Amino acid sequence: MALDKPYKDVPGTTVFDAEQSRRGYWLNQFCTSLMKSDNRERFKANERAYLDEWPMSEAQKQAVMDRDLNRCIELGGNIYFLARVGATDGKSFQQMAGSMTGMSEEAYREMMVNGGRSIKGNRTIGEKENP
Amino acid sequence: MARINASVYSSHIPAIGAAIDQDKTHEPYWQPVFDGFEPSKRWLKENLPDVVFLVYNDHATAFSLDIIPTFAIGTAPGFAVADEGWGPRPVPDVVGHPEFASHIAQAVIEDEFDLTIVNKMDVDHGLTVPLSLMCGKVEEWPFRVIPFAVNVVQYPAPLGRRCYRLGQAIRRAVERFDEPLNVHIWGTGGMSHQLQGPRAGLINREFDNAFLDRLIAEPAELAEMPHIEYIREAGSEGIELVMWLIARGAMSDGAGGPTPKVTHRFYHVPASNTALGHLILEEKD
Repeated sequence: MALDKPYKDVPGTTVFDAEQSRRGYWLNQFCTSLMKSDNRERFKANERAYLDEWPMSEAQKQAVMDRDLNRCIELGGNIYFLARVGATDGKSFQQMAGSMTGMSEEAYREMMVNGGRSIKGNRTIGEKENP
Repeated sequence: MARINASVYSSHIPAIGAAIDQDKTHEPYWQPVFDGFEPSKRWLKENLPDVVFLVYNDHATAFSLDIIPTFAIGTAPGFAVADEGWGPRPVPDVVGHPEFASHIAQAVIEDEFDLTIVNKMDVDHGLTVPLSLMCGKVEEWPFRVIPFAVNVVQYPAPLGRRCYRLGQAIRRAVERFDEPLNVHIWGTGGMSHQLQGPRAGLINREFDNAFLDRLIAEPAELAEMPHIEYIREAGSEGIELVMWLIARGAMSDGAGGPTPKVTHRFYHVPASNTALGHLILEEKD
């Protein structure tokens, strides 16, 4: 019997489960390599050449170069690993998280100061906010 | 014998560590966060433990995808502060307690909780931010620390029920150690937050405060909450809250004793992307 994955119907959310982890193994290991400053320097000097050292898919490499974190996550990336790319770029966790929401950095920060994104309308895919 | 006298619960948001390290604690954005920990810092000074058993999660720092232990206990004499990509935090290295940690590992494994034993491990913000919040800026941490890392990065994290029962086993193990150590157990992470995808920034005050209420009053029932409820209600990273159940299970009411005293409770939104929750529970006798 197949595994139960009830989290698939949570909107705007990709749970990093075994399936995603398998898909993203090399993408995430590449990210881990950026914890060493020598590797960060080599990556910054020539992103394409550094990425080509890793057995990642072309789509994964492109998503990293585009800094498209939603695409990276879709392709098996995990935010704690992807944060190494953000750190290399000098980005904070808030800048990284905000970049995935379609909001400007300022608007995202403002939303957080005002109490964050509401749970209403955000529990299940297709849910409409009830007045 | 050794005894667990208190449990402390706290979020471990990395931006808090950065605010402390860069002396931003008095900025209007951060002031309420640190004000909420002032009573805790005073309390800790007056109730200094010998050892803190610190439950946290590693954030792809010591453990990459090469090895993903569900429960890992640090048995080394010391643990270096990790470079998470921004350079290591300027905080003291952590002094461990190898004899006590090894004793706990042996006792807990014999109690059917199959821990991974780690003799070399750097510790990240999950462990150092709660230390900074509770101790402030110090030259050295005022107690020894046993790091206890829980996998909450790759789904599934251990079930809440399993975590609560592990806490009960840790209490039994502590009480079988012959030295008269004053032990605190800390549960860290949470509260509601989501760091990924279009739903990033999710905060759920109602969920968080109900979680705090139930953690105090009915932890065994709270431990039955399924993972999907954490993810749906508290965000994909809100599942870190299962770690609080390990600390809570180690209080004496989990072994038929009295309900602990609530020494301090604090909740604040936001700290970066996250709802910050904090609780201190003390044994009554």
